[in-house]
Amino acid sequence: MSEVLGLWNYWVVIVLMMIGLYIMIARDSLVKKVMGLNIFQVSVIMFYVSMGKVRGGTAPILPEGGAEGVLFSNPLPHVLMLTAIVVGIATTALALALVVRIKEAYGTIEEDEIHALAGGDGMDGRSAVQGEAE
Amino acid sequence: MNAHLLVLEVVVPLMAAPLCMLLPSKPAARMFSIAVAWITLYLAWSILGALGATEHGVIAYELGGFPPPFGIELRVDWANAYLLLLVSGIAAVVLMFGPGSAGAAVAEGRHAFFYTAVLLALAGLLGITVTGDAFNVFVFLEVSSLASYSLIGLGRGARAPMAAFSYLIMGTIGGTLFLLGVGLLYQMTGTLNMADLTTRLPDVLDTRTIVLALALLIVGVGIKLAVYPLHQWLPNAYSFAPSVVSAFLAATSTKVMYYVLVRIIFTIFGAAFVFETLHADYLLLPLSLIAMFGGSLAAIYQHDLKRLLAYSSVAQVGYMMLGLTLASATGLTAGLVHVFNHALMKGGLFLAVGCITAQVGSSAMGDLRGLGKRMPFTCAALVVGGLALIGVPSTVGFVSKWYLVQAALEQDLLSVAALILLSSLLAVVYVWRVVELCYFSEPDATQVEVTGRPPVREAPLGQLLPTWILIGSTIIFGLTTDLTVGTASKAAAQLMGVGP
Repeated sequence: MSEVLGLWNYWVVIVLMMIGLYIMIARDSLVKKVMGLNIFQVSVIMFYVSMGKVRGGTAPILPEGGAEGVLFSNPLPHVLMLTAIVVGIATTALALALVVRIKEAYGTIEEDEIHALAGGDGMDGRSAVQGEAE
Repeated sequence: MNAHLLVLEVVVPLMAAPLCMLLPSKPAARMFSIAVAWITLYLAWSILGALGATEHGVIAYELGGFPPPFGIELRVDWANAYLLLLVSGIAAVVLMFGPGSAGAAVAEGRHAFFYTAVLLALAGLLGITVTGDAFNVFVFLEVSSLASYSLIGLGRGARAPMAAFSYLIMGTIGGTLFLLGVGLLYQMTGTLNMADLTTRLPDVLDTRTIVLALALLIVGVGIKLAVYPLHQWLPNAYSFAPSVVSAFLAATSTKVMYYVLVRIIFTIFGAAFVFETLHADYLLLPLSLIAMFGGSLAAIYQHDLKRLLAYSSVAQVGYMMLGLTLASATGLTAGLVHVFNHALMKGGLFLAVGCITAQVGSSAMGDLRGLGKRMPFTCAALVVGGLALIGVPSTVGFVSKWYLVQAALEQDLLSVAALILLSSLLAVVYVWRVVELCYFSEPDATQVEVTGRPPVREAPLGQLLPTWILIGSTIIFGLTTDLTVGTASKAAAQLMGVGP
């Protein structure tokens, strides 16, 4: 039991990650896939943030009178995650922009309907690449 | 200037990208990005020269003057320098392909954004190659990936955004798994610097966390590298992207990811741990053999030239992975040489397809009929590139396969050596299909009438020149192997830890 409770932050990460992965695999709506992707990314962010926590540690700000005897949390994983959050936002924005273009082309954002319209996963090269000339 | 070569290699394209966005006209943006690509090529060449002058073959640069492992370190040895030269060289040649964003669905007046995305992808790829910091690899990986998703989405036709979207989902999963792997490494060692990881990892190697980290890193990079069976995104992405983008990404993106995998396995974890303790080769060797055959077989049955080349890429990644899993200096040399050689031939072949789509309006196999007479130079490029894919002597493909077979024989893997030769025969089949259509079939009379297009002429010089620079170099580097094999064997020796 202590294995479950003592490592609860890892369980949160694993559960979130699998939920995200499941949504990406099982849902047909492209917007829901993007949401699944976000949950997937957030799980890793949670992992890093909980990694930086030191039991009894305080915020890593140098107090007046020196840092003698003060226990700090590790700030580095948190700083790394600022970058990862920015990457996540950029990815989401780009994904949604692509969804808008897909909707314009097919009139739907359901993956199965798109595949039906595009003629399955195999392709007819002619129709797909035609009109590439300038 | 010389002291800052490493950082300039990344900063120049990274800073040039937003500047490019401000340029008013398409020719200006195009000339600007070509100039930037040639500058990075010059810098890469200088780095290679500077590396030859050093004693141990390593150049390190402390970013912002913070000493590693606290600051980010840029670190280049023979393997990086080799990749830098390849990536910047391909970018310099491919960008010259006129009229630039050919085949991309870019609105008039927005062409500067196309070149901005190309420069960002270039900056990201060069950044991955030059850095010595594991988290930094993730950041540059996402920079280059985001730029390439948007470039692929620019392809004409309705299916390009869908291909880009699937690639985005797959690629981000790969990137996130990589990030998780890096996090586990940091948790166990307290460092992100690759050289520092090498010294600190042996103490904790026998923990399950480290094995998990290795698995996550290999799968994460494997998705971006399109290792079989993680290659599902590649055929769609390459066949629906604009041809110039396909040429650029096929020749650089997977190659840089191969370098990252080599760096993870050989520098960070060490070949002994990965292949002797964990026996990753039991998994990777069969997968690379399946890729060699599966990719080639799938290529034979494609109805579109671009898609045929994309599936052939899956097979060629198999050859590179095979060189890596043999885990010997010769095997690694073969893998790295094939990285360079395959970049030249696939870049050249995709540019040749770009010539065809620009003139004919399609890259469907049926439209190749009788094209040998109407576009002799383009079809000749297809033939030479195809011969290189097969591995005919005096082309680069032969050099790669020669070393690969040698590496297999070194370890008494006769069956593997035989399979390499056998899979080359499959390449003969799909290349022959193209040759037959180009030279030995007559164009469909009805087809010409229906499309009502003016008769197809040879591609203009602005398209033929970059195509033939790449195709020509597949012959040049097939005859003189000093640069490719020389540098690759130095890199392999360094990675295997036997010193240059």
